[in-house]
Amino acid sequence: MAKLTEKIVAITGNAAVAQAMRQINPDVVAAYPITPQTDIAETFAEFVADGLVDTEYVTVESEHSAMSACVGASAAGARVMTATSSQGLALMWEILYIAAGMRLPITMTNVNRCLSAPINIHCDHSDSMGARDSGWIQIYSENAQEAYDNVIQAIRIAEHKSVLLPVMVNMDGFIVSHSIERVELLDDEVVKRFVGEYKPVYPLLDVENPVTHGPFDGLGGFYFEHKKAQIEAIERSRKVVLDVADEFKRISGREYGCFEPYRLDDAEVALVVLNSAAGTSKCVVDAMREEGYPVGILKLRVFRPFLARELSEALKHLKAVAILERATSPGSFGPLYAEIRSALYDLEARPKMVNLIYGLGGREFRPEHAKEAFGVCLKVAQTKRVEKPLGYLGLKEVEVIS
Amino acid sequence: MKIKELSATKERFTSGHRLCAGCGAGIVVRQVLMATDKPVVVCCPTGCLEVSSTIYPSTAWDTPYIHNAFENAAATLSGVESAYRFLRKKGRIDREIRFVAFGGDGGTYDIGLQALSGALERGHGMVYVCYDNGAYMNTGIQRSSATPRGAWTTTSPVGKVIPGKTQDRKDLTACVAAHDIPYVAQASPSHWRDLVTKARKAFEVDGPAFLNILSPCPRGWRYPGSQSIAVARLAVETCFWPLFEVEDGRWKLNYKPKEKKPLVEWLKPQGRFKHLFAPENEHIIEEQQAKVDKDWERLLRLCGEA
Repeated sequence: MAKLTEKIVAITGNAAVAQAMRQINPDVVAAYPITPQTDIAETFAEFVADGLVDTEYVTVESEHSAMSACVGASAAGARVMTATSSQGLALMWEILYIAAGMRLPITMTNVNRCLSAPINIHCDHSDSMGARDSGWIQIYSENAQEAYDNVIQAIRIAEHKSVLLPVMVNMDGFIVSHSIERVELLDDEVVKRFVGEYKPVYPLLDVENPVTHGPFDGLGGFYFEHKKAQIEAIERSRKVVLDVADEFKRISGREYGCFEPYRLDDAEVALVVLNSAAGTSKCVVDAMREEGYPVGILKLRVFRPFLARELSEALKHLKAVAILERATSPGSFGPLYAEIRSALYDLEARPKMVNLIYGLGGREFRPEHAKEAFGVCLKVAQTKRVEKPLGYLGLKEVEVIS
Repeated sequence: MKIKELSATKERFTSGHRLCAGCGAGIVVRQVLMATDKPVVVCCPTGCLEVSSTIYPSTAWDTPYIHNAFENAAATLSGVESAYRFLRKKGRIDREIRFVAFGGDGGTYDIGLQALSGALERGHGMVYVCYDNGAYMNTGIQRSSATPRGAWTTTSPVGKVIPGKTQDRKDLTACVAAHDIPYVAQASPSHWRDLVTKARKAFEVDGPAFLNILSPCPRGWRYPGSQSIAVARLAVETCFWPLFEVEDGRWKLNYKPKEKKPLVEWLKPQGRFKHLFAPENEHIIEEQQAKVDKDWERLLRLCGEA
């Protein structure tokens, strides 16, 4: 474990998130181990065992109970955090919606891993993409530094009085969670001041003012209106995400927006990417620029709320865009492609778009794959025709019995 | 303990809820909550009690209350109780609070069993009350693992070849006792003094406590709503529902009927067992009686009464 006094450390993505959790020092953590998240649950258990945090750590018997206990603790009036991955997130599914619907500001790290079957423990984004409609704010992280920074910012976003929604911070399983990277840690005191003290609204444990949490809101009730209020809250989070990022820049010097354009302004073709594939793609952009190709990327950081207008503004000047997707929706296109394409629909002139699926089950995303994707885009830009709207990068050429 | 004094306790489960006339759950909740004068936080899984008591924007709970989902009352209350321990530790809450879950048999014996087992093993300070009405009554009388053998339900119907539920019920009280928690008991609203005494003990132990309480259901059991307490009493008198407790691992019988009544006296008033009285099904009654006898003998041995 890195020494706590060091500012610049070499740690894994999981360790970086655990450090953020130690500095945040949440009131309650309820978590269950699942590969590749397990390090977070273990490292945080060490912090508890060593008395480095004041947290009540509830070592639950399942992911379903992890999120259930988070809901109980958050409603009770505690600042609550957890972490999960893949099947664990899938098991939480039901309660994800309840956490959001009850407007509980829980912060959860999701270490992106594919879903079974076949069983495979490696990275893709099927888990969080499947949870996109649950009402959680979703933030994606390119590397360990971003995961650390995003977790700290997530507390402030979730607990903002105009938001009060749970936030899921995503990072790539193994690629980031288990790779040792250079990470700048903020001082403990700086993080403590930044997150501040949590002041819950209508805490269950205020026995003098009893409140009923989670009532039955049936046919004659206000379910529809409550959902509308929830939608308005996540709409308001757009501004809060940016305000919190501004404030975070003042303490860290690091800049965050809802997405990051990279050499995009003067590009003619671009890739849209999430998480660690952005790093690889940026290197390829630099190399191809040297060779004179007009390429760039847009790395999406905030997927929920979805920034349709801003994204269409950022992409409208391009001739062709490839949406790189580490998830599928069998029988349709990937979720990111469907949404970005829809966001650009009302433009007078819009780029041609293709959907390229890559990296399922942890299949490596290499520079040649980014290069191949740019090749597809350049051809589409040149011919002004999309021959195959859905393609695959890095698929082995073998015969699979289908 | 005087009934007059109990009746003067502040009602935390107030009138205006929409439970059926004669429903056992409301009676169980009132008797349990009479057993403590400390502030109580209530958690209900999805079920009859939950949908009938919190129809937005009304609530019958004049005490903090939370509902999360069907299978996770014990996990939810684990979180609430952990937050309480944190806030007590930090001095932000300076009074003692009690935590109680009221789950039906569906939410406890079946879908909620894992969360319950986890919470018991972790040792949270909570009282988990199962109001056992022996089926999924809220969704319209479907069989659960608490449904007695032979009973008609909508998913164990009486057909031409299968006469109701073919399996015995799960002995959840013994399953919970096997967790070796400080206090486990079985009670019935017909024996209110016994029930309130047990709830008092449950609220005062250090760690988890579990009460399995029979909760007659006029709709699902098919008897007139005015007879709930009488039907509950017959369950105790026939030894279908014995009253006992397990305190720090010691089993104790709390009530031994002077004369153990035959099981048919409990079966007879209930429409869900009506078909068992047809000649071709009488063997099921005999088998049920044999099972009750066997369980009773085992209980007597466990309690040192045999």
